[in-house]
Amino acid sequence: MTVEQARTVLAEVTDPEIPVITIEDLGILRDVQVGADGVVVTITPTYSGCPAMQEIEADVRSALQRAGADRVEVRTVLSPAWTTDWMSDAGRRTLEEFGIAPPLRTRSGPVPVQLGPLRPACPQCASRDTEELTRFSSTSCKAMWRCGTCREPFDHFKDH
Amino acid sequence: MNDTALDTDLLAYTLRLGDDCLVLGQRLSEWAARSPQLEEDVALLNIALDLLGAARTLLTRAGELEGKGRDEDGLAFLRDEPAFTCGLLFEAEGGDFGQTMARQLLVSAYQLPLWQALTASSDELLAGVAGKAAKEAAYHLDHARSWVVRLGDGTEESHRRVQQGLEEVWPYSFELFERDDVVARLVERGVASDPDLLRPVWETTVTEVLKEATLEVPQTTWHPTGGRSGKHLTSFGYLLAEMQHLHRSHPGARW
Repeated sequence: MTVEQARTVLAEVTDPEIPVITIEDLGILRDVQVGADGVVVTITPTYSGCPAMQEIEADVRSALQRAGADRVEVRTVLSPAWTTDWMSDAGRRTLEEFGIAPPLRTRSGPVPVQLGPLRPACPQCASRDTEELTRFSSTSCKAMWRCGTCREPFDHFKDH
Repeated sequence: MNDTALDTDLLAYTLRLGDDCLVLGQRLSEWAARSPQLEEDVALLNIALDLLGAARTLLTRAGELEGKGRDEDGLAFLRDEPAFTCGLLFEAEGGDFGQTMARQLLVSAYQLPLWQALTASSDELLAGVAGKAAKEAAYHLDHARSWVVRLGDGTEESHRRVQQGLEEVWPYSFELFERDDVVARLVERGVASDPDLLRPVWETTVTEVLKEATLEVPQTTWHPTGGRSGKHLTSFGYLLAEMQHLHRSHPGARW
């Protein structure tokens, strides 16, 4: 198996808790190597206590083995620490379509001008009249917000 | 100093950091389904999860340094009280919500600069853990700050209770900045963060928040200590009983 082939296989592996986004688009797939030791995949957790890491490791392993890799090693690294800057533009769009407001920082171009603190747009109706309910949500990487226009609550993937 | 001595110090220091995180994570988990709001259940358990994540990596590393084949579970579930080296502030009972928030303020205002300093540690694993934990501690501090201000500058009753909670946990904060031989040697070697440098940062943060919250800085000459050498509060045994019971009753169980 070549690095290209391994990457193609891994492009299908999604986050177990937000299954619309791939681990590559989320920015937690850090490296793929193919050598004498088989396929070596390096991943990094979003947050220290992310309970999905073991499942992600198992998913990576089984996806590569199904595709014919004999030996797979999954390494978890903490440093450099994951940041939402590593999330791809495709990943951001996917999250928004799924109903999760993506992180505010964009890697290219300026952020939209707003008065007061930056607020995510409502993923349902695009209104900027939104308020934070709590910094924390169903997973470590998200915060709970509510839209003042359509009144729908929504998750916001925190800048980190 | 030879390598063996370094490992002993590094083991002790890594274990302290891991025990602090593990034990506070357990304390915060006690709020599950008991918080004043659903959002606070979620928030406190998220914070607990961050702490547990750091604890797992630190305890795994401590097990490797120790070299006796103990993994994270072995260290978390099969040690008795005197072998734990968490600081008293981390194990102290949460009391009511006001007291828990007062403790969260004191802890987070300590952990944020601690982790920030440790990102420059000469120990690669500590620096890695710290890099992630510093970002998370910033959230924890924001959370604690907003609640302490809201309660302190809230009603007469909320003010009274958070002040009372603060008085309860305050004496345990002095232990955080103790500089024993282990810490002193590791500071020298660029492994540990220097408590003398952390203390003023902590004081500035805490004093500012308390002022905004219209709360008084507690005055006490009682500076209890002992957590780092395994002398714990009475309540610690109850915490361990709850945390360890399942693992000890069903060794090796899986689901």
